[in-house]
This record gives sequence, structure tokens and C-alpha cells, in this order.
Amino acid sequence: MRARTSRPKAEGRRTKDKALGRRIKHHPILAFEARGPVGFYFEGRAMEGRQGETIAAALAANGVRLFRHAEKSGRPRGFFCAVGKCASCLMVVDGQPNTMVCTEPLREGVKVERQRGRGKLPKDRPAK
Amino acid sequence: MRTTDIAIVGGGPAGLCAAIAASRAGAKVTLIDDSDRLGGQLVKQTHKFFGSKRHYCGTRGMDIATLLEKELRALPAEILPATSVVGLYGGKVLALADRERLAKLDFKCLIVATGAAENGLLFENNDLPGVYGAGAVQTLMNVYGVKPGTRVLMVGSGNIGLIVSYQLIQAGIDVAAVVEALPRIGGYHVHAAKLARLGVPILTSHTVLTAIGKEEVEGAVICRVDQSFKPIARTTQKLKVDTICLAVGLTPLSELLWQSGCKMVCVPELGGHVAWHNENMQTSLCHVYLAGDVSGIEEASTAMLEGRVAGAHAAMQVLGPSPDAERVLTESQTELCAIRKGPFGDKAACGKARLAECAPARA
Repeated sequence: MRARTSRPKAEGRRTKDKALGRRIKHHPILAFEARGPVGFYFEGRAMEGRQGETIAAALAANGVRLFRHAEKSGRPRGFFCAVGKCASCLMVVDGQPNTMVCTEPLREGVKVERQRGRGKLPKDRPAK
Repeated sequence: MRTTDIAIVGGGPAGLCAAIAASRAGAKVTLIDDSDRLGGQLVKQTHKFFGSKRHYCGTRGMDIATLLEKELRALPAEILPATSVVGLYGGKVLALADRERLAKLDFKCLIVATGAAENGLLFENNDLPGVYGAGAVQTLMNVYGVKPGTRVLMVGSGNIGLIVSYQLIQAGIDVAAVVEALPRIGGYHVHAAKLARLGVPILTSHTVLTAIGKEEVEGAVICRVDQSFKPIARTTQKLKVDTICLAVGLTPLSELLWQSGCKMVCVPELGGHVAWHNENMQTSLCHVYLAGDVSGIEEASTAMLEGRVAGAHAAMQVLGPSPDAERVLTESQTELCAIRKGPFGDKAACGKARLAECAPARA
């Protein structure tokens, strides 16, 4: 097992989003197969994720870390555990608030928005 | 209502091994996991395991997950992925929820192998986006191939902190430093040495004081601490980082066990409140078992052995004595003892010994 010893400093910090939102290109152990693109919207902005990933992973790959504003303090929050345990990553997904995006699979065309406070339930929920 | 002999909650190393052992012994097994993919946290472990060949030494965690899943799928066990257990009712009924609906599952024995959740740490702005658990960082980079940041401060020098720091560098991410509140490095020397060779400073008797940033992490303030972990004045330094990764221990995910009504005890060496259990991984309720991190924070190799113990014993409770299951049981128990006699097994051995001191009176 050989470690990549070159330090990422050389890559430089371009804009904040670009610097944060990068996928791993070379890895000594893992090969990330190039999965098909999945288009989605974050706060109305078109973004691209990959098939088989969660909404949180897709957002992170696009440099988005601020997922919601806390209920009482309004403080910014992102994900913490990434495995569906801590509920720090609640967002509004296709109008549905309190969606745990760290376990929610990314779907084509899904509309993801930051949640403020507890969020509001969609007015006309389709009866199932 | 669905019925099963043995319901196993959690498809990580402990749950998978419990399912394999119980199913081999002839019991009808239902394994429930909230993720789409079996293996629990093994799926993001790119490092090779230590120990003996029997404990998958030299094999990477993620490959062990694949091996165990293959082994289980060759057996007639029922597997329910993407399903959460949301409650335990009337003693022997589990409530299950998948993305579409709720269902009930009636069982004879229950094995809880729910694992553990990452601990937070108290410091200023610890809720800023960019303060991540070490497991989250591993998931992001090793499962999804996404970089969590460009420059990371690692808090905690136990094996998880050391291994994840190394994995960050493998993924092309800078590790500014590893801070450790104790005066010594917590994890294995080999892992620390690898980091040291790459020039990552491991600062013992140091902690994080503040995460700097308004909307997300833009830096961190660290400082020296004294023997009682109090910050020492005028020792602060600012680090330019965009991510703070917390590897400060885990807490058993015991909700279902609390709900079962079995005896719970607080054992700091095991990570907090755990269900009291005997050497067969049986709680104070005969039909409720547990295995893996939920029974005390250890590692995947002991989780697998505990799973085998629980699976074999539960199967015998349902089906009666079996020489094969008995052999799996005693062999796994012997191996567990051997591992805990090793240099890093002290803490767990001590914790498990504490349990023996507070054995409940069996009805």
C-alpha cells in the first residue's frame, strides 16, 4: 500500500466552492467508477451529482456545506454523522421538510432546499 | 404478521456474523438493516485488519463486508435492507419501517447489533458546517469519492483518528495536525508512525478551543491542556483549516435495548450505558441478545466474534442443543478472551469484567 505523499497545497485554493467541491481523482486503493450524472436543483441552481450517491454526498461534491438553519438560534448547520443517526442534515426535498439527506438517495430532477427551523409541510399532500 | 425465529437488528460485522452462525445452526433468521448495503461501517474501511488469519488479518474492512455478505446470502436467511426498526412492542414484536410502509415482525429471539454513534465534543462553534464526525469523513471519501475539505484538523489520536488522517492524505487532502488531549497517542504505534513519516504533527496534550467561521469552518484555534485537560493560557495557535474532524469516541446505540426493559448499566470503559450481558451475549432478558459495539465499544474483529457467540447461542435457545453450534460458541468465546488479553484489549476486558460484578438476579 503506497500513500500519495504529494500534498494538496500545490493544487491551490481557487474559489471556495471549487476548492471544497472536488471529487477524488486518484486514490492508491479505491477506484471510483465513473457513474452516470444525475441532474438536480439546489436552491433553484442546477447541479450535477452521480448515480448511487446520497443528496448529502452530491451537495458536498458541489461545495455546499450549509444545509439548514437551526430551529431556535438560526445557526448554520451541515451534516455531522453522514449515516442517518444525528439528524443534523435535515433539508427540504421536493417540498418535504425534515428529509435526512445523508441517507436520502439522489434522484434525477430532485429539488433540494435549505431548511429554516422546523420547515413547513407541503400544503397539498397527495393522498396515498 | 411475519414471523421468524431470530430477528437481528443491524447488518454490520456483528449482525452479519450472528446471522451466519444462527442460520448455519438451522434457525430461521431475519436480518434487518437501515442501509441499502450490508456491512455497516466496514464498507468504508479501506485499511487492512490486524490479528490472525481467522480474523481476516491482511484483508481490508470493505472486502470483509463483501465476504460476509456472500457467506450469508448462500444461507437461507431473510435479509431486509433499507428497513429501520422503529420500535419493540409487547416484548416479542418489532415494528419495521421501509421507505414505503410499516410492518410487524414476530420473533422468538432478538439480537441487537446496532453499533454505535459518534461522540461530539464541546468547543466554541462546534455546530458549524465543516465539523464532521470521523465516520462521516470516511463515508464521504471512501464510499462516495468526495473530498470533505482541503485541509483538516483531526481531533483525537485513537485508531480511528489516526487511520482516518492517513486515509485523508491518501485521498489527496491535507491534514494540518492531529490533536490529542491525553499526554500520549491513543492508537497503535504503526498508524501514528505512518502519519509522522508524512510530516503530520501529532500534538499530545492539545485540544481544539474554537472553530473559526461564520457560515462554515474557516479555521480552528487549538491550545495546550494541563493534566486535568484545562486549557493553558497563552498556548493557543490558529490553524488554517476548512474541516474539523472529530474522532473522540463512540457511544453504543442502545435505544432498542432500553425499550426491551433489560437491565442497563453504565460502564465508562465500554462507552457509556450498555445492556448487562453474560459471556453468551445474553441480556437480563433470556430472549434478548446483543453483539458488537452496542455491547461496548471495541473493534470489528471482536464484533464478529460476539456476533457468532450470540447467533450460535440464540439458535440453541430456539432449536435445542447442537454440537456444531456449541463448537462455534466455545471457539468464539475463547478467541474473544485471547484478543482481549492483547495489549489493546485491556479496556474492554476491564469493562466486561465490571459487568460480571453486577449480574442481575435471574427470574
